[in-house]
Amino acid sequence: MTTNTTEMRPDVRNAEAEGAVADLATYKWGFTTDVEQEFAPKGLNEDTVRFISAKKNEPEWMLEWRLKAFRMWETMESPDWAKLSIPPIDYQDAYYYAAPKAKPKLASLDEVDPEILRTYEKLGIPIEEQKVLAGVEGARKVAVDAVFDSVSVATTFRAELEQAGVIFLSISEAVQRYPEMVRKYLGTVVPPRDNYFACLNAAVFSDGTFVYVPKGVRCPMELSTYFRINAENTGQFERTLIVCEEEAYVSYLEGCTAPMRDENQLHAAVVELIAGTDAEIKYSTVQNWYPGDAEGKGGIYNFVTKRGLCRGARSKISWTQVETGSAITWKYPSCVLSGEDSVGEFYSVALTNNYQQADTGTKMIHLGRGSTSTIISKGISAGRSNNSYRGLVRVAATAENVRNFTQCDSLLIGDRCGAHTIPYIEVKNPSAQIEHEATTSKISEDQKFYAMSRGLSSEDAVALIVNGFCREVLQQLPMEFAVEAQKLLGISLEGSVG
Amino acid sequence: MLRIENLRARVEAREILKGLSLSINAGEVHAIMGPNGSGKSTLSYVVSGREGYEVTEGSVTFEGEDLLPLEAHERAARGIFLGFQYPVEIPGVSNLLFLRTALNAQRRARGEAEVSGAEFMKLVRAESALLDLDMEMLKRPVNVGFSGGEKKRNEAFQLGILQPKLAILDETDSGLDIDALRVVADGINRFRSPERAVLLITHYQRLLDYVRPDYVHVLSGGRIIKTGGPDLALQLEREGYGAIAA
Repeated sequence: MTTNTTEMRPDVRNAEAEGAVADLATYKWGFTTDVEQEFAPKGLNEDTVRFISAKKNEPEWMLEWRLKAFRMWETMESPDWAKLSIPPIDYQDAYYYAAPKAKPKLASLDEVDPEILRTYEKLGIPIEEQKVLAGVEGARKVAVDAVFDSVSVATTFRAELEQAGVIFLSISEAVQRYPEMVRKYLGTVVPPRDNYFACLNAAVFSDGTFVYVPKGVRCPMELSTYFRINAENTGQFERTLIVCEEEAYVSYLEGCTAPMRDENQLHAAVVELIAGTDAEIKYSTVQNWYPGDAEGKGGIYNFVTKRGLCRGARSKISWTQVETGSAITWKYPSCVLSGEDSVGEFYSVALTNNYQQADTGTKMIHLGRGSTSTIISKGISAGRSNNSYRGLVRVAATAENVRNFTQCDSLLIGDRCGAHTIPYIEVKNPSAQIEHEATTSKISEDQKFYAMSRGLSSEDAVALIVNGFCREVLQQLPMEFAVEAQKLLGISLEGSVG
Repeated sequence: MLRIENLRARVEAREILKGLSLSINAGEVHAIMGPNGSGKSTLSYVVSGREGYEVTEGSVTFEGEDLLPLEAHERAARGIFLGFQYPVEIPGVSNLLFLRTALNAQRRARGEAEVSGAEFMKLVRAESALLDLDMEMLKRPVNVGFSGGEKKRNEAFQLGILQPKLAILDETDSGLDIDALRVVADGINRFRSPERAVLLITHYQRLLDYVRPDYVHVLSGGRIIKTGGPDLALQLEREGYGAIAA
C-alpha cells in the first residue's frame, strides 16, 4: 500500500514541474503544442474576470453574469459558522486561470498527451482501462470527459451520446454551442448570491461539465469526469450543470485527486442538478485531493456548493460521496424537493486523518407534498482530525406527508480525533415523519485481533473494519468506483494505526 | 511443532502464566483443562500473538522459529489458528469476503498464489456442506446476529478453509447443543492428520468424547500441574480440579 501512495500522489514540486515542461518541449509524438501553462495575471479584480471570459470567447451575457457576481462577492464575507479553523486566504495571491495552450480538438484518447495520461495512471485513475472496459462486449460504458487543470482535453463516446440525444460537453463548449440552454439553467439552483464561495465561483469559474438528457432518454452509459489540480497556485473553480428532463435518467461520476504540494490551494466548485418529472439523477463523487502531510502542512481547501432541484413530480436526486482528501472540506450536497412525491438521497463517507478537518453533510428542503429523503452519513476520524456531520431537514408548512430518515454514524480511530454530529430539523407541517439516529463507536481491540489472527495485517484489519462500517454507502456507488473507494479508504488510513 | 518453555506472561501488572512448559508434535491432539482464571485463554492469546500480553520469561517456538517477535497475522501465515471462545462481530463485512481476504493475505505472505473467486467458492461449498452451514448465513456480516452455535460452527468453517498447521481451539464446545457439538467435533476430526496438531482448551470432558486427545493437561495457577492420557479427563470430571491440584 505504501507503494500505491507514492504512485497516487506524485511529488510535483516546482523544479520537477519545470523539468516536466522542459521534457515536453522536446516532445516527439507529433503535436506542435506543449503543456505550457497560460495564466491569467495574478490576483482577482474585474480585469481577471474579463480575461477569463475573453479567453473563453464568451458571449456578452456571460461576461455580464460573471461581473455581476464578482461585484456581489466583493461585498460578501467568508462564512465562519462551520466547525472549521480556516487560515485567512489571500485571494490576491493566486492565479484564477490556467489552461493548456490552444491545440486542435482531439477525436479520441489516443491523441491525448501521453504525459497527461501517465499522470492519471500514477494517480491510479485508469482512463485506458476504462476504455478497455467500455470496449468489452456487454460491459457498461463509461464516458470520460477529462479535465486537466481547467480545460477539457479529451472527450470520448460523444458520438454515441449524441445519437441518444445526450449532450455531454465541457461547460465552456456548451456556452458556445448551446448558449440559450446554459443561460436558461445556469445559476437557477445555486444563484451567485447563495454563498461566498459559490459567488466567487460564478465570477471566475474556469471550466466544468454540462450534461443535458432530453425527455424520456435513459443515458446509455455512466458519465464521468476526472479532474485534478496541476499547476501551482491555481485555484480551481469548476462549474457543473446537469439537466435531466421528464422521465430521463443519468448517472454521473466525479473523481478527483491532486499531486503533493506545499501551498494550500483553494477549490470552490459549484454543481447544479435539475430533475424534471419522473427523472432521476445519480451523482457519485470520490474525492481524494491532497490532504496535507502528516504534520498538517499543505493540502487542498475544498469549499464546494452542490445542490439538486427535484423540480418535477416523482423526480429523484441521489448524492453519494466518499470524501477522503483535502485539508479542509466544507461541503453540503443538498436537495430541494419541490416536486410532489420527489425523492432526495444523501449517502456519505467522510474520512479524516492527521490534521484534516471536514464539516460536511446535506440539506433536504421539503417543499413538495409526499416528498421523502434519506440521509446516511458515515464519518471516520483518525489521527488529530476533526470530522463533523452538519445536516438540515426542513419541511415547509405546505408540504404534507413528508418523510425523512437520517442515520449518522461516527467511528473513531485513536484518542486524539473528534467526531461531531450537528443535525438541524425544522418542521412546519405536523404531518411530517422525521427520524434521526446517531451512533459513535470505536474500532475495538477484539475486532482488530480477530482479523489479525486470521492473517490480516493491522492496517488491513482496520481498513476492512472501516469498509464494513461504510458498506451501506459504498454499495450505492457504481462497481468500478466502489473498488477505487475501498482502496482509498485503506490508503487514507495509513499511519493512523499503531 | 510447538515448543513452550518456562513461559511467564502478564497482562498489565498481573502475572498469569507462571512458568508454563508444553510441547506439541505434529499429528498430536492435546487438551488443556483447568478451572476459571487458570490462564487457559491467556495461553491461547500469547501463542497467537495478541497485543497487550507481555512475555517476561521463557520461549515459544513454532517449527523451530521464535514466535514471540512475530505479529498475530505473521503467526497466522506460519500456520497458527485460534478458534475464539467468543467470536467477534464485524458489521458490514461479509463472512465470505472476510475469509477470502484472510486466506489470500496468508497465501501472499507465504509466497503462494492467491485463490480465485471460483476456487474459493468451491472450497466454501465443500466445507459448508460438511458443517451444515447455510450459504446465506455465510454471506451475512461476520458473526453479526449469529447464534452462539452458529458462531462456533463458523469458527470450525474458517478452520476448514484456512487449513492451518496448528489449531488452538478455545472452548469451542461451549454454547453448543449435542447435535452442533457433533458437527464441530467432526470438523476437528477431519482436520486431524499426521502433519497437523490441535490444542483444545476446554472446561468439560464432553468434547473429548468426540475428539479423543493424545494428551490431557491440567492447567492451574498459570502452570501445567499434571499431564496424562484421555483417562485424566474422566478423572477430572469425576473428582473435580480441587482433588488434582491438591
